[in-house]
Amino acid sequence: MSQPDLLLPHGRILRYHFHERLTHWVAAGSFIYLMLTGLAFWSPWLFWLALVFGGPQISRTLHPWAGLVFFFAVSYMYAMWSAQMYSTENDKEWWKNIEHYTKNEDDRMPPVGRYNPGQKLLFWGFVFCGLLLLASGVVLWFPEYIPWNLRLLRYAAVIVHPGAALLSIGLFMIHIYMSVFAERGAFGSVIRGDVSVEFAKRYHPIWYKEVVGDSTNPPK
Amino acid sequence: MSQETMRIQKMSAHAGAIPGEDTQRTYVVSKLIDTTTCIGCKACEVACMEWNDLPFGETVFDNTYQTMPETRWNYWNLILFNEHEREDGSLQWLMRKNQCMHCADPGCLAACPSDGAIIQYANGIVDFQQANCIGCGYCITGCPFNIPKFNPQTKRVYKCTLCADRVGEGLEPACIKACPTGCLHFGSKDDMKDLAEKRATQLRDHYNFPNAGVYDPAGVGGTGVMYILHDATKPELYGGLPKDPQIPLMVKLWKGPIKWLGNIAMIGGLIGLFIHYLRFGPKDREDQDIREQIALAQEKAAKAAKEKNEEEHP
Repeated sequence: MSQPDLLLPHGRILRYHFHERLTHWVAAGSFIYLMLTGLAFWSPWLFWLALVFGGPQISRTLHPWAGLVFFFAVSYMYAMWSAQMYSTENDKEWWKNIEHYTKNEDDRMPPVGRYNPGQKLLFWGFVFCGLLLLASGVVLWFPEYIPWNLRLLRYAAVIVHPGAALLSIGLFMIHIYMSVFAERGAFGSVIRGDVSVEFAKRYHPIWYKEVVGDSTNPPK
Repeated sequence: MSQETMRIQKMSAHAGAIPGEDTQRTYVVSKLIDTTTCIGCKACEVACMEWNDLPFGETVFDNTYQTMPETRWNYWNLILFNEHEREDGSLQWLMRKNQCMHCADPGCLAACPSDGAIIQYANGIVDFQQANCIGCGYCITGCPFNIPKFNPQTKRVYKCTLCADRVGEGLEPACIKACPTGCLHFGSKDDMKDLAEKRATQLRDHYNFPNAGVYDPAGVGGTGVMYILHDATKPELYGGLPKDPQIPLMVKLWKGPIKWLGNIAMIGGLIGLFIHYLRFGPKDREDQDIREQIALAQEKAAKAAKEKNEEEHP
């Protein structure tokens, strides 16, 4: 079964549709805003970040709304991608060989499909953190409405929110590193949508085969 | 008790030294509230609203001698009422004037993320600076006494200032000034402790209150508001005064170990990724690319040559 509609001229393959790219950038934009304003409230040394974004009061007001935008973007990602993100038998083999992956010895890695197990982990990590951040964030948004006898909710929120935020910042750093620095072509793919045949073959050989399949018009 | 007592001692979320820190001898002030002589007249409540120019809010009548269920952003001083039946069947009307306790180790200040929104003067007064407040409400979470209250209109948090503006000018707080029974005292913390112990001894020795004592909880480093209680072993009877108030454990963890671990992890992660890039570089190394391109070109050339050959020699 091939997907000839993904084959583009000049040896390019469409990896991300427009709606996938748009969702990614809505999530990315809101996440970066949330991370920077969140870090401003995390440490006095970074409080100046809140001033950069229009003042600490404005940062405090907009941070929760940006959080909702981020959560809806992640929810839509879940609707789009979750079916492709489940672990396969092959993934265990991949994790066993993770050392080769970190040393850029990709030829010694088992072949992967549209998403490698690291990307799947990133996806589930963001879904998980998104849920935790939303739940604790709602409490932090309206602390004055939490009655005194339910104050445990507030105590839980001040631990869960930074904890989940730190976890997601860790995922975010690895994500940026992989997509901007390590795999050249990945960053362009989430902006313009396409990757080269070489990129597809090198990083997602099973996906490449699925796309090309028995197509009568394989990319040149 | 003049201007020098108004030097800033602690400041929330402030990086670096506190201006003027440790330049003068400190002089800690304290209120002393004798619950055994409070008659619940509410003069202190009115004086508080008057002096601090707080807008009038509706009261809630609940068949007791209490003005409303708890303090509000515009009602900082509230006498809590409890009708308590003692073991011998006699009744006690317990009145406790509730307000900010001005902890020596304030949970609100520890939790606050905004530079200079909560300060502690050298005289021990913990004061909210609404100009710097961002309305996040972390102080509400940090306070073990349920004191800071949010104003939805201004999106700032308010509480008793211990009349810092009066104290700074050598006056006593408005509530103290208004008290008709003399159950409210104000002075240096040492003097107030002295007075409190004397009164507690009197209650134990002469008034049949064997458990009488002073409330100055150590869990928050002592407070700038102390109580004399008929029964210091059961402070909960006095409108839920916590027996051993502490900055909530979760707030301590968040502002302590989690913060340090998080900072180390984030900085370590950045350094680690940078070193990884220096050592291994991008996944599609140029040499690999060039080899592939050469191979592709050779393949193409060979194919072309073969086709040409076939055309020329069919």
